[in-house]
Amino acid sequence: MPSQRSANQWVEAWRRMRRQRLTMFCLAIIVLYIGLAIWAFTGVGFPDWDKGDYTRNNEGCSLQHWLGTDIQGQDILFQTIYGTRVALTVATVAALLAAVIGTVLGTVAGFFGGIIDELITWLYSTLASIPGILLLMAFAFVLKDKQFDLFGWHFRLTGINAVYLALGLTGWVGLCRLIRGEVIKHRDRDYIVAARAIGVSNSRILFRYLIPNVFHLVIITFSLSFVGYIHAEVILTYLGLGVVDVPSWGKMIRDGGQELAKGHWQQLTAAAVAIFIISYALHIFGDALRDALDPKLRGEGI
Amino acid sequence: MTAYIIRRLLYVIPILIGIVLITFLLFRAISGDPTDRIAGKLATKEYKDELRHQLGFDKPLWPQFSALHKGDYREFADNQLFNHFKDTFTLNFGQSTQYKQDISTMVKNGAGPSLAIQIPSFIIALFLEITIAMVCAFQRGRILDRLIVVLSLLGMSFPFLAFIIFGQYYLAYKLGWFPISGYPSHFGPGVLRYVALPVVLGVIAGLGGGVRFYRTVMLDESNADYVRTARAKGVGETSVMFRHVLKNAMIPIITQVVVIIPFLFLGSLLLERYFGIPGLGAMMAEAVDQADWPVLNAMTFVGSLIYLSALIVTDICYAMVDPRVSLR
Repeated sequence: MPSQRSANQWVEAWRRMRRQRLTMFCLAIIVLYIGLAIWAFTGVGFPDWDKGDYTRNNEGCSLQHWLGTDIQGQDILFQTIYGTRVALTVATVAALLAAVIGTVLGTVAGFFGGIIDELITWLYSTLASIPGILLLMAFAFVLKDKQFDLFGWHFRLTGINAVYLALGLTGWVGLCRLIRGEVIKHRDRDYIVAARAIGVSNSRILFRYLIPNVFHLVIITFSLSFVGYIHAEVILTYLGLGVVDVPSWGKMIRDGGQELAKGHWQQLTAAAVAIFIISYALHIFGDALRDALDPKLRGEGI
Repeated sequence: MTAYIIRRLLYVIPILIGIVLITFLLFRAISGDPTDRIAGKLATKEYKDELRHQLGFDKPLWPQFSALHKGDYREFADNQLFNHFKDTFTLNFGQSTQYKQDISTMVKNGAGPSLAIQIPSFIIALFLEITIAMVCAFQRGRILDRLIVVLSLLGMSFPFLAFIIFGQYYLAYKLGWFPISGYPSHFGPGVLRYVALPVVLGVIAGLGGGVRFYRTVMLDESNADYVRTARAKGVGETSVMFRHVLKNAMIPIITQVVVIIPFLFLGSLLLERYFGIPGLGAMMAEAVDQADWPVLNAMTFVGSLIYLSALIVTDICYAMVDPRVSLR
């Protein structure tokens, strides 16, 4: 019973991780960030930080504004907290999109083989031959403010949607390769051969047997690639390809960088530290998750 | 060996076709006719038609099979898809819409400053990363190793962009050790002054990831059976490390040296823009600002070409170092 075994696998991994104090501490930080993002989303009890007050711009730290104000007189602390929202949504949506594309293409390629496999391998080898940042820039540049008419629906890819799409469409390559390799390994194992012999259908083999057995790879890649998407948002925003209308950490670093020369360090520092803490927590947590679920992956550069 | 090299080179052809197809889909098929955007609202129709013709957007996007039925091969071949392939493979990228300058010339001019940053960064980073990884392997599990692991993770977590900004502010502006930005108009010893800070910042920022990676490689190798055998027969630790571990770790190191290259692209993009160095990265960042798509198109292809060449060279080196490869 594959599903039974995979359930135990998750429980076992959790048990292993729960014993590591640092991992649990990092998990607490991640939960805290998610909580702050949800708080910014709902807006319940969230202060009016973005009412700019030009008479009080670029102030230092005070009781009213703990981290001071930026050039428009907005509170930096709450700007940073609000930025959590954009960072986490961008990373979540992009990582989900990449995970779905990578899983589907990887399993299909590995399972069916033949010409389909050749085509998918060709596609990801091509994408992997373009340096990531160039590919990401090209996608983000082309998709930005792009208008689509799809099946009678009219789409306009405003800032953040273009970022989701660009990150998701370029980020699936590693996972696809990993899953394809793993599926090929599983495809000829006895339990799949046995399932075939008793006449289990292809789709059932895929969804009941193969995907549960490679799903830990999706989770590991998801958690380890999450940091990359947060950092990518900053770089895209700096290059003018990212989110412009919502406060994000990328925007804060871009604006704060210009203010630094005048000695106003708070905005840049706040955004940098916010990114730094969540990245560190995600790195540690992702590594622990990988070691708990599949220690063999450690050496494969994942 | 020759057979392997030829096979490896032939394998590049479908990849190159794929890359050109992707640039075509992005910059021609999806983004569509940019004439109106470039010409502006006040342009006359004649000017727009002229510009459209110049950019090749007056042709149909895909091959017209109706022309083939009529037996008109010239009309069949004259479409954006075929022209894009022809132009890309002959390295004829047209003109920048912003500067009305040949892109090939711009790439040639930008390559020098970019290489002036990337070659030193690459060499220094590789040397430091492998040295620190060796120290970790020597001291594995002890306090220094753990400290380096923690530090490299901290380094990886700090946003690169903020690191550059802080570095420039404190080292160049506050302390005045380096020029804030700029690049001399002639290549000479003066370049060193301007390149130093970007190289230092780029190397430090990339150190964390590199050390982490090479440390794993070294530790994997130092857990291998032959190392245990060497220790068991009484070979000293230094000799084990240099004669056995480093020598064998060179194989994965050679194959993975290439993984730095995409990071160099990112580094040059942000560093050049921030330090006013007129290289390819700054050129691309500016092209994004000005919606100068021919430049982005050209750079995507040229960048992939460089990366691909590096991948081939490493694969061939790998095959030469490791006799097992040719058996595949």
